[in-house]
Amino acid sequence: MVALPVSGKKANDRGGRPSPFKLLIANRLSAAGLLLLGIIVALALLTPILPLPDPDITDPAQRLLRPGVDGHLLGTDHLGRDLLSRLLWGTRVSIVVGVSATLIAAIVGSLIGLTAGYAGGRSDNVLMRGIDLVMAFPYILLALGIVAVLGPGLLNALYAISIVNIPFFARNIRGMTLGLSRREFVDAARLSGASHPVILFGDVLPNVLPTIVVTMSTTVGWMILETAGLSFLGLGAQPPQADLGSMLGEGRKLLFTAPHVSVIPGVMIFVLVMSINLVGDGIRDVLDPRLKSGALAAPGAATTVKREAVPEKPATDAVLSVTDLRTQFQTGSRVYKAVGGVDLDLAPGERVGLVGESGSGKSVTALSLLRLVPTPPGTITAGRVVIGGEDQLAASVDKLRRLRGGKVAYVFQDPLTTLHPLFTVGQQIVEAVQAHQPLSRREAEAQAIELLERVQIPSAKARYNAYPHELSGGMRQRVCIAMALANDPELIIADEPTTALDVTVQAQVLKLMRGLSEQQGSAVLFITHDFGVVSELCDRVAVMYAGRIVEIGPTEAVLDAPAHPYTRKLIDCVPVLGEPDRRLDAIEGLPPPVDRLPTGCAFAERCPIVEPRCREGDIALDPLSDDRSVRCIKPYRMAS
Amino acid sequence: MWIYIGKRLIASVPILLGLSVIVFAMMALIPGDPATAILGSYATPENVARLNSQLGLDKPLVEQYFIWLGKLFHGDMGRSYALNRPVADEVFERFGATLILAGASLILCSIFGLIAGIAAAVRQFGWTDRVVTFLVLIGISTPSFWLGLLLIMLFAVELQWLPASGMYAIYGGGGPLDLLAHLAMPAVTLAVVATAVIARLTRAAMLEVLRQDYIRTARAKGVSERRVIYRHAFKAALVSIIPVIGIQAGFVLGGAVYIETVFQWPGIGRMLVNAISTRDLLLVQGGVLVVAASYVFFNLLADVAQTIVDPRLR
Amino acid sequence: MSVAVEAQGLTRTFGGGRTLFGGRHPAVHAVQSADLTVRTGETLGVVGESGCGKSTLARMLVGLDRPTKGTIRLEGRDATELAGRDPRALAKHIQYVFQDPVASLNPRKTIRQTLEAPMRRLRGLDARAREARLAELMQVVSLREEFLDRYPHEFSGGQAQRIGIARALAADARVIVLDEPVSALDVSVQAQVLNLLDRLKHEFGLTYIFISHDLSVIESVCDRVAVMYFGRIVEVGAARELYAHPRHPYTALLMRSAPTPGKRRIDAEEKPAELPDPLNPPPGCAFASRCPRADAKCREARPPLEPVAVGAIDAAETDGQRAACWHPLLDGASSDNK
Repeated sequence: MVALPVSGKKANDRGGRPSPFKLLIANRLSAAGLLLLGIIVALALLTPILPLPDPDITDPAQRLLRPGVDGHLLGTDHLGRDLLSRLLWGTRVSIVVGVSATLIAAIVGSLIGLTAGYAGGRSDNVLMRGIDLVMAFPYILLALGIVAVLGPGLLNALYAISIVNIPFFARNIRGMTLGLSRREFVDAARLSGASHPVILFGDVLPNVLPTIVVTMSTTVGWMILETAGLSFLGLGAQPPQADLGSMLGEGRKLLFTAPHVSVIPGVMIFVLVMSINLVGDGIRDVLDPRLKSGALAAPGAATTVKREAVPEKPATDAVLSVTDLRTQFQTGSRVYKAVGGVDLDLAPGERVGLVGESGSGKSVTALSLLRLVPTPPGTITAGRVVIGGEDQLAASVDKLRRLRGGKVAYVFQDPLTTLHPLFTVGQQIVEAVQAHQPLSRREAEAQAIELLERVQIPSAKARYNAYPHELSGGMRQRVCIAMALANDPELIIADEPTTALDVTVQAQVLKLMRGLSEQQGSAVLFITHDFGVVSELCDRVAVMYAGRIVEIGPTEAVLDAPAHPYTRKLIDCVPVLGEPDRRLDAIEGLPPPVDRLPTGCAFAERCPIVEPRCREGDIALDPLSDDRSVRCIKPYRMAS
Repeated sequence: MWIYIGKRLIASVPILLGLSVIVFAMMALIPGDPATAILGSYATPENVARLNSQLGLDKPLVEQYFIWLGKLFHGDMGRSYALNRPVADEVFERFGATLILAGASLILCSIFGLIAGIAAAVRQFGWTDRVVTFLVLIGISTPSFWLGLLLIMLFAVELQWLPASGMYAIYGGGGPLDLLAHLAMPAVTLAVVATAVIARLTRAAMLEVLRQDYIRTARAKGVSERRVIYRHAFKAALVSIIPVIGIQAGFVLGGAVYIETVFQWPGIGRMLVNAISTRDLLLVQGGVLVVAASYVFFNLLADVAQTIVDPRLR
Repeated sequence: MSVAVEAQGLTRTFGGGRTLFGGRHPAVHAVQSADLTVRTGETLGVVGESGCGKSTLARMLVGLDRPTKGTIRLEGRDATELAGRDPRALAKHIQYVFQDPVASLNPRKTIRQTLEAPMRRLRGLDARAREARLAELMQVVSLREEFLDRYPHEFSGGQAQRIGIARALAADARVIVLDEPVSALDVSVQAQVLNLLDRLKHEFGLTYIFISHDLSVIESVCDRVAVMYFGRIVEVGAARELYAHPRHPYTALLMRSAPTPGKRRIDAEEKPAELPDPLNPPPGCAFASRCPRADAKCREARPPLEPVAVGAIDAAETDGQRAACWHPLLDGASSDNK
């Protein structure tokens, strides 16, 4: 939920993205690798015209010279051949063999993967069983077996390395193709009249190509190592031809007398492969779509807080008191002000709905309260969140931990992804209990079963041992609610807890939450986009737009007579059950991107009653009556 | 659970059969006549024909396969003509040495790979992360056979701390300590690449898992950070790490070929290289078959381990 | 009134088939003997909760999925046979708008490439004709022409859905299946798209089959509505009548469960709702285990989809409303909705 608005906004701005090559260069390590690789490849290309002695001419008188002696820059080997010359010629061979093997493996493997993944069914089964069989051999052993059949030789080693790497490509590409073939755009292409080959090569392949390139760039180095290995064993390049591996193999016998003969080609292999791997990693980072979203960082235990000044506020009896809360996300040079100054108080036992569309900052607000916004990229830059008389934005991580799930509990949107898939629901509830109460395992278990009963899960004892995937969506959300209730919280923060549920299940969960909140007297902050759900549950409602609350007041009063033009429009654009003739009053345009908020009212661009004053300066959330406030300079009055 | 293990066991039968077909086909594909190879190029045609029929080579290929398979079940893999002893005896003798080497490496790479990967993920962008990332890069770029040579030069020649080759000292060797001393360098060399691969994957898997919603849930219910990382995140990461450890078993078994050659370890890998050079094909066949079968077993173990961790697979 | 689409006994089973050892793979009946008639020019709504089979039904209608049993007739032609023999001919008659607007566009193709494909492959338009049609289409869905050379990631969900609609129009099909076309969109954008669909329908005389889980959206756009539960159509009828007087207890439950702004009136079931096991469906009515009116008969025999015209209710008044229930809600039973 949090990553969504960020990546969505980023997607709108890809026009300004630098070219892939520039990105690659921007990565310092990859740039170094590219430079190194460039030098090696240039040397290898220039080898035939460089003033070097013939690599295969033997000169017994000059054998085993140390580097630098007699004009042999890198010395000579046991037959008196010039090592520098042999090294460069050998590098040429190794690069050509490694790249060719990669190309063969990539083409054959990708074709198999594309066919199997797209065709599915029986063809997939047959092809992949064949691939499995090849993979059932330990990697190098199969290459050895193939060389044993074909006979030693450089070309045969090349074939062997290609064949053993085909499964790697086939599997990767099949997985990707399979996923893409189920995507809606493939169905769309079918409905546009495209035939299967056209879809496979015209629609699917372009999306798979980056993966093929990434797989190639990350395996070339490996293949060079493997061919060198076969040559090292004497099964690849045959004398007098040299590749780096066979030079190393010959040098091994002279390890104690002339170590330079084996050390030098080894260094060359190492440098070559490392430079390729550096470039490969860079290419992967540039092309891998998952890394593009900028969300590859793992969040820490609590959101970073960087406040310049802490607003003062008199103490209240509220369970939650938020003042001028601001949270932003930073990706690259862009700053997304997801929450731009939220003020909100919840009285004990009060249920407040926080309503807004996606990107309005409602979820980020909810997560900011106990600093659960992922850092990086999120930072809380201003405000105070007072819970239990203390400013939680200043609290230590350990203090926060005791508050989380204790006095304040969360319920999240998607009950499948928010429960740990590998623990039973019972274990997960017990953990919540034991994190805050010094209970024995047995006592905690009894309490967990009691909690499951409290959220009306039938045969709670049996369900205690169920894994999340064995339960329906509604049951899973009940488990999440049970977990939230584990330590009798004063405040439950529910982030769209019914959005992923079916309407009949939603009705049950809403009823349950209302009942439990009344029973226990816990306050609820309920985040949703649905005014209907708010009506069902909440005493007050706050409407958010572009990171700020634009209107707040008692639910019925706000719905009956919205004061902010946005609230009114938002109510009017939703079809209402039982009123089929109602004209849907759509709000034209889109909310402003939160990295480029306009001066003045953020809604001005879409507002039917906008005037120049609206765009001039910051507009405050002013009281309208004793229990309502609105952020508008000319709100609709109740009389109108 | 047990049903799943049983199913997996049954499912590995066709794989083993497939392996045997491939290994058998390799022999059949080899150009030239085995009898001529054994008797030399000056043999009379009659002698060649007689030997061929003795070896059963005049029968149809399918029949030959089943005869071969039947013998295999009785532990008969034929006779190595170069060594002049039953292939099975030689292979199983060598296989023990390889298992010790590969097993030690697998343990080393799992332990160090996991520790390094977790440490790097937990301190993402910190110094630990940078050092691990750098070492991983070096690890996957180093030819293991060359690293072995360098280690010998350093620890055996310069420092003289460890023996350069073999499994036991020729004079007065044989104890477990002696074995350990001989094992140290080859096992470490063999483990380097696999350690790098596991560390890299563990780091990536941990980072991926730490971004999941259920980690946020764990934090939201007040679980300690230690528990979040070592219980919640690590268990979930294991689901993708275990298969890779299984694959590393294959790399270690195969990579033993180089290491055994460099360190003169009396394992099956060195035997295979020699057998290929001397064209002792029955020995190659037996060796490949036994190592491949053991790899199938390792993969089975990895599958079962993964099922224990992940209830969704049951 | 002419019939645009007519489906009879439509059934789709997933899985099944023989195992290696002759046993049977478990089979899931996604859709079971669905009968459906769509009149030319109307909007038929199909409403149901997740897993009820509404998307499978939609996919079968456009030929993206093959029915296991049953027939679909499209403007008089056998669509199932056409889907196998000449999918292009079928695509000229019936098109589809997808739920996830961004996922339904190929990320590596420009909007121009995406929109040109049906014009070229289905309609055989030449370059000049395509250019004119592209301009026209973009205007129709209220998008700027310069968007044509952009890639999907540059668009918001609402804009992407407009492009999805333009693609469906590009084939000149007269029948369009809309599979949850607005459920991935924010409410303010949802209204824009619903209004656009309404305008297009009148402008081009289209016939819509509108799939959704959202009762209020269905009510606001549809002439007739079919309610699905557990793979079967449990009730069908004119939208007004069906919303005013739901006959099937499940339809009534759906109506009672939908939250409405400004009203606190949701009446949820007492017991947590669970669908029957799809691998082992009950012999009788699938809703029986949740139904307050269920008796032994409901658990044993499956009720057919029949006109509701008993006693006080006059057949003409129900306007062809049919419900698959042994004990349909008659008289004032449904008044608790209002």
